[in-house]
Amino acid sequence: MEMLFDFAPEISTASYIVASLLFIMSLAGLSRHETSKGGIVYGISGMVLALATTGLLTVSNGWGDPAAQVGLIFLLVGLVIGASIGLWRAKVVEMTGMPELIALLHSFVGLAAVFIGWNGALYDVETPEALKGVHHAEVFIGVFIGAVTFTGSIVAYLKLSAKISSKPLMLPGKNFLNVGALVGFVAFTVWYVITPELWILIAVTALALALGWHLVASIGGGDMPVVVSMLNSYSGWAAAAAGFLLSNDLLIVTGALVGSSGAYLSYIMCKAMNRSFISVIAGGFGIEAPSAKDEELGEYRELDAASVAELLKNASSVVITPGYGMAVAQAQYPVAELAAKLRERGISVRFGIHPVAGRLPGHMNVLLAEAKVPYDIVDEMDEINDELANTSVVLVIGANDTVNPAAAEDPSSPIAGMPVLRVWEAENVVVFKRSMASGYAGVQNPLFFRENAAMLFGDAKERVEDILKAL
Amino acid sequence: MKLIGIVKEQPGETRVAATPATIKAILGLGYQVAVEQGAGELSSFPDSAYLEAGAKIASSSEIWRSAIILKVNAPTTDEIQKLTDGATIVSLMAPGLRPDLVESLGVRGITAIALDAVPRISRAQSMDVLSSMANIAGYRAVVEAAHEFGRFFTGQVTAAGKVPPAKVLVAGAGVAGLAAIGAASSLGAIVRATDPRPEVADQVKSIGGEYLPVEVAEQMQSSDGYAKATSEAYDKRAAEIYSEQAKDVDIIITTALIPGRPAPKLITAADVASMKPGSVIVDMAAAQGGNVEGSVAGKKIVTANGVTILGYTDLPGRLPAQASQLFGTNLVNLIKLLTPNKDGELSLDFEDVVQRAVTVVRAGEITWPPPPVQVSAAPAQTKTAAPIAKVEKKMSAKLRSALIALGATALFLICAFAPAPLPQHFLVLTLSVVVGFYVIGKVHHALHTPLMSVTNAISGIIIVGALLQLTTPNLVVQILAGVAVLLVSINIFGGFAVTRRMLKMFSKGGK
Repeated sequence: MEMLFDFAPEISTASYIVASLLFIMSLAGLSRHETSKGGIVYGISGMVLALATTGLLTVSNGWGDPAAQVGLIFLLVGLVIGASIGLWRAKVVEMTGMPELIALLHSFVGLAAVFIGWNGALYDVETPEALKGVHHAEVFIGVFIGAVTFTGSIVAYLKLSAKISSKPLMLPGKNFLNVGALVGFVAFTVWYVITPELWILIAVTALALALGWHLVASIGGGDMPVVVSMLNSYSGWAAAAAGFLLSNDLLIVTGALVGSSGAYLSYIMCKAMNRSFISVIAGGFGIEAPSAKDEELGEYRELDAASVAELLKNASSVVITPGYGMAVAQAQYPVAELAAKLRERGISVRFGIHPVAGRLPGHMNVLLAEAKVPYDIVDEMDEINDELANTSVVLVIGANDTVNPAAAEDPSSPIAGMPVLRVWEAENVVVFKRSMASGYAGVQNPLFFRENAAMLFGDAKERVEDILKAL
Repeated sequence: MKLIGIVKEQPGETRVAATPATIKAILGLGYQVAVEQGAGELSSFPDSAYLEAGAKIASSSEIWRSAIILKVNAPTTDEIQKLTDGATIVSLMAPGLRPDLVESLGVRGITAIALDAVPRISRAQSMDVLSSMANIAGYRAVVEAAHEFGRFFTGQVTAAGKVPPAKVLVAGAGVAGLAAIGAASSLGAIVRATDPRPEVADQVKSIGGEYLPVEVAEQMQSSDGYAKATSEAYDKRAAEIYSEQAKDVDIIITTALIPGRPAPKLITAADVASMKPGSVIVDMAAAQGGNVEGSVAGKKIVTANGVTILGYTDLPGRLPAQASQLFGTNLVNLIKLLTPNKDGELSLDFEDVVQRAVTVVRAGEITWPPPPVQVSAAPAQTKTAAPIAKVEKKMSAKLRSALIALGATALFLICAFAPAPLPQHFLVLTLSVVVGFYVIGKVHHALHTPLMSVTNAISGIIIVGALLQLTTPNLVVQILAGVAVLLVSINIFGGFAVTRRMLKMFSKGGK
């Protein structure tokens, strides 16, 4: 045992290299369905390895020192409680509640980064004089990123779980506030590097907490997929900052991996929504208040479930384009059953998924997978868009902005240029909707008034079940 | 709970206002229904079927005492006399053409609802009797023409020689015209169609016809969904087309009607005379004066050169069971609209354009004509989709290389002047960032959520930082680190567990 303790630093350094590699392989594995299950095994192995060797290092550091042994008790208690809460939440979470859970988990990483930064300031481990300034700057960067991630994730969680309104907060001069907070942060950092005083650390923590809150509060609920992946990126950078602070390469590697992959993911999302990436990471997206031109676009046609069933029976090909409404109504099971029934009749059924459908990147895919829809009939927007013109019936289930023809045809529309599923090119479009209200972007949808479109009002789940009965 | 009476029509009318199936629907709305003896006989609905559906069978005098009367044709003067005070009558009325009828209904608190006044808006389609009757009439017109025509409709190559397909011209591609085009083309004929509204070309094509455009400078689009009277130049060109076609085709079916006006004359006597012997013309507008010179309403005429002109005005009635079924369903849909509470009480809401439009007389007070209803029949066509210029702010190559140079210089300076461990850390950081980008670049879209939750779990690696701080001899630091360990373990364990759960769900078809 004592021998093992002697070698703890060397063992941990070696295992960190292996763990970093395992994490990279984990992310690589997750890029394809076939290798995804292997990817998660790599991730877990990496984490176990890192935890075990760091635990060993901690124990070896604290062995025989009564004060340090308190820390070991904390380690055990924290790990056990945290693990059980985590496993329990993961087990009971509804797949529709996935975005909220992930946002909440991000906040934990953020808060932990804040604590670690504070610890770095409160107890300075023999830093050489030359590195004092660097150390102080590292504390600040770590605390700042961590705090922004923490409050940002909390707001995202509250918005996603509908505990607060998902409308964007419109403070006057919000861009000025954001830039001001950044300038303030730089000023405080410089100040702290020169004269390290506790109140500056408190001030910068408060500033970062406020900034995180404001950044996400000023983003509307419809843009949450980007926000969640952006926060994911932030939590990675927070870990990397902690790595700098603690001179720990594993933290830097892993943090940078998560940070850059999250940023890249957000970038993909932004492209899918035709938004500027810069304005996303700056927060607020530069959304103007939606222009309230609720012009009458004509008459819409309403169908009942029985006629939709009739329509489907006579169709040769059906495309289903789900949106957040399907998640809200928990309609994925009846939708999957509908798809299966239609396939039994020899009707070709495919799913068309818009990159930002739902409140999380890939949200719809997860829900459909939960309901056992085979993933090879679930297509991305680009794969299915050209086929829509040859489709007999498109069922739009709880989607709105992602199928809005205004984005493609009306240059004055607030969502102009955003790539959308061109469902209106199909022979028939049936829109499942609760009411005629506009979508998250606050834009009226001319699709509903097209001649080949019909509305089926009501809760998506009940309506789909009605159709199943009629079939 | 009101009593609805279904009366027997006057002789000559084969349809009936309700079928056993629609009576069930009316009963479901809370009404009682009584049917006059023998009302459905000509439509092949015996009294026993009505009884079975839940209606009473009663005598004529009894039926006319009902609070609500459903009928196919407009009531005669005698029939209006038979209505009780305050009764409601629902039927076809042609209120625009028959002011005398409207006048005579405006008495004794009677409410009159004209089924043929349903506005042509999408919502009211399910109640549009004119459309459903026109559909039947169009089909029947083809059947009548085929009956008179001495040849096949379809072309065939037989052992006894080649049979050319019949050529059919349909004038007017409204509901009746489209039905006729569909029926004729499915019999195998070559079908051509004319219509003053160019936007119907696609509809004609979609059911197998060929659209003959009338090419003059102006075009028509009416705001109420019906074709309007058109200009002189247009008429001249149209007349030429009809003359050309008359020489060529075997069958002409005319459906042109202008609401509230006599039907336009499309085919002149000279055109008829130019047709081949044995040709058939069905003039579906005969009742409104006819589209064809020489047609007689309700009669079959054979011209000197052997062309048969059918002026039948009862085409829907010649398919009585079908017509009654559609008529009855339209009626049920209207009654549904007028019975919002399903309590067997009829109520009229004049805020609703449909209800306003159909009500000709309300409680003895004449409410005809209603304010016009605007239907934007073709809003999509008028707005040409402007191709969106792709405004892509591509960074100029110069700016790009300048930025890269700046970044490289900054990194170089930091690494050159920063104290010892920092340069190594930066090296690790930059390499990891690059690796991160490349690894994520090819991620399948469907896996974004699992990827995010796994990276989330991995970012829990920050726990390593907290672990290292746990053993410092400072209780505050230890507590903070302990809390951090707790929080991050939730993240790690939760993140990995939930990702596993998600990935288990993804499965390929057939497994």
